[in-house]
Amino acid sequence: MMGYAAIIAARFRALLQYRAAALGGLFTQIFFGLVRIMILRAFYAASSHAPISLANVTGYVWLGQATLLLLPWRADEDVAEQIRTGTVVYELTRPLDLWGSWFARSLAWRTAPVFLRMLPMFVIAMVVVPLVAPGWELAPPPSVASFVMWVACFAGAVILSAALTALINVTMMWTIAGDGMPMMIGTLATMFGGLVIPLPLFPDWLKPVLYALPFAGILDLPSRVFTGDIAATQAVLVVADQLAWALVLALVGRWLLARGLRRLVVQGG
Amino acid sequence: MRYCRRRTNANHANLLCHGERRRTVSQPSYGANWATNRIVHETRVSSAAMQIVVEDLAKTFRVAERTAGLAGAVRGLVRRKHRDVSALAGVSFSLAAGELVGYIGPNGAGKSTTIKVLAGILVPTSGRVEVAGRVPWRERIEHVRRIGVVFGQRTQLWWDLPVVESLDMLRHIYKVPADAFRTQRDELIELLDLAGILDTPVRQLSLGQRMRADLAASLVHAPEILFLDEPTIGLDAVSKLAVRAFVKRLNRERRVTVILTTHDMDDIEALCDRVIVIDGGAIVSDGTLADLRNTVTRERWLTVDVAGDASEVGDADATVIRREGERVCLAFDPEVVSPAELIRRVTSRHEVRDLFVENPPIETVIARMYQR
Repeated sequence: MMGYAAIIAARFRALLQYRAAALGGLFTQIFFGLVRIMILRAFYAASSHAPISLANVTGYVWLGQATLLLLPWRADEDVAEQIRTGTVVYELTRPLDLWGSWFARSLAWRTAPVFLRMLPMFVIAMVVVPLVAPGWELAPPPSVASFVMWVACFAGAVILSAALTALINVTMMWTIAGDGMPMMIGTLATMFGGLVIPLPLFPDWLKPVLYALPFAGILDLPSRVFTGDIAATQAVLVVADQLAWALVLALVGRWLLARGLRRLVVQGG
Repeated sequence: MRYCRRRTNANHANLLCHGERRRTVSQPSYGANWATNRIVHETRVSSAAMQIVVEDLAKTFRVAERTAGLAGAVRGLVRRKHRDVSALAGVSFSLAAGELVGYIGPNGAGKSTTIKVLAGILVPTSGRVEVAGRVPWRERIEHVRRIGVVFGQRTQLWWDLPVVESLDMLRHIYKVPADAFRTQRDELIELLDLAGILDTPVRQLSLGQRMRADLAASLVHAPEILFLDEPTIGLDAVSKLAVRAFVKRLNRERRVTVILTTHDMDDIEALCDRVIVIDGGAIVSDGTLADLRNTVTRERWLTVDVAGDASEVGDADATVIRREGERVCLAFDPEVVSPAELIRRVTSRHEVRDLFVENPPIETVIARMYQR
């Protein structure tokens, strides 16, 4: 375990270096958060019936913007680079399980940039926004239980997202350029993860499908636990769903990787 | 090596097949010829004591292929044509612990593929491999704890991290105890002269610095066996010397077994007692440098400096390799004309200022071998 922990720690430290990117991302995400809330407010003003309250959907948007980078909308570029250049051979000369080390990397890759953006984002959306534009803010969770369960769901989302990222890494072994599958999964994750339209606003007939997919567990479900749209007592089911999906994705990823390694071709040199 | 002896017939067959295959691509066949000239490396150690045993190793890659042009690209979307490329076609050799072996061959000969199989990275199509009693790809994790690998064209260091942090990461990955690690690290820092670059992120290192750091990284866990795949590629003369001196020391003082692939014949001449030559996926020679020379060519070179014009210098039993000003280099076969006789003839006809006899450089030997 020590080896994997060292990978997580080193990767985490390396990712914390990208402060300028975080700052840029923060402004972009605030801007798009405001735009999305503006659009949703217009919809809500014109509609009498909504499956989720305006306050909750506003909170949902802020949380989505804050934890945006949890979504596996692109592959770990270091791993992509390793696969493209063949440096991945070194990973196989380490006394570590390759899937395990990719999963460890992904855990860091899905947390460090999120932490960098999430904390200032929370301050802005919870403290600054209500002063400037009341009604546009991220309201605090309705109860301590909701907050605690959100923390649990956030951890579940990290694990789920890392398992999905590791799977994306594995799929890159099948193509040389390596970005076909990641882009496809990325698009699906963005659409079905609730980043474009909050999942509760999708048509009722589509919801069973959306919530059966793993993407809902990354942004949508944790956000709804935070805002109280999902009761704290129900949140255990969310964590169970996340972990079940993480397990399935891990098993698929490991199976594919084992197959991929048998037919591995390292080109040149 | 005893078992290699035993297997000579099988190898012979492979070489013949190999020769056949090459003939179809309009290259001169050397198959039959080589089999008779084949050098069998002799060691006094029995195969049971061998640290690395490779027997009839074959690896075939399946690669997708498409015909050139737009039509070919479109057809490739619908139906893929595959072609089997044989990277290794029956390679056998074995190594005793503590050997330092040069593994050479032209580009695409199968050097790196062999190294990757031995390192547990690639699964071969067929054949038997045992490294320190383990089958690399079957017990990869246990296997890689005991080996170090450097691929000269790629770095194993973390690009964003300072060298010292990369080494520290590897300590955790290999679970090296803290005090053993400290001793090992300090020794590597000293031997490889890394003190000045420890805190530099890898991306800012020069190629020579990076290679030294990479060597250190491959040795953090004190492996018994080291695979070096082109460790001097792209390095300047000074860095090459540093790498060579280090590898030599590692082998002599710590008895680390080293397999080294390279295109730099100076590496071979400086380091290796034994040279295995691979071409077209099959071993074409395995023995000492002297054996290799004798098999390929008995030729020696006589270089003569004369007073005045050198254009007249020559002999019926020798061929002129080059003539520059007052210097002439003659190649001769000592069985046709002895060096003493040739020198007597030249000195009787010309006023000789200086002369020396040497072996042709190993590059020339190898180049001739590849041409056969």
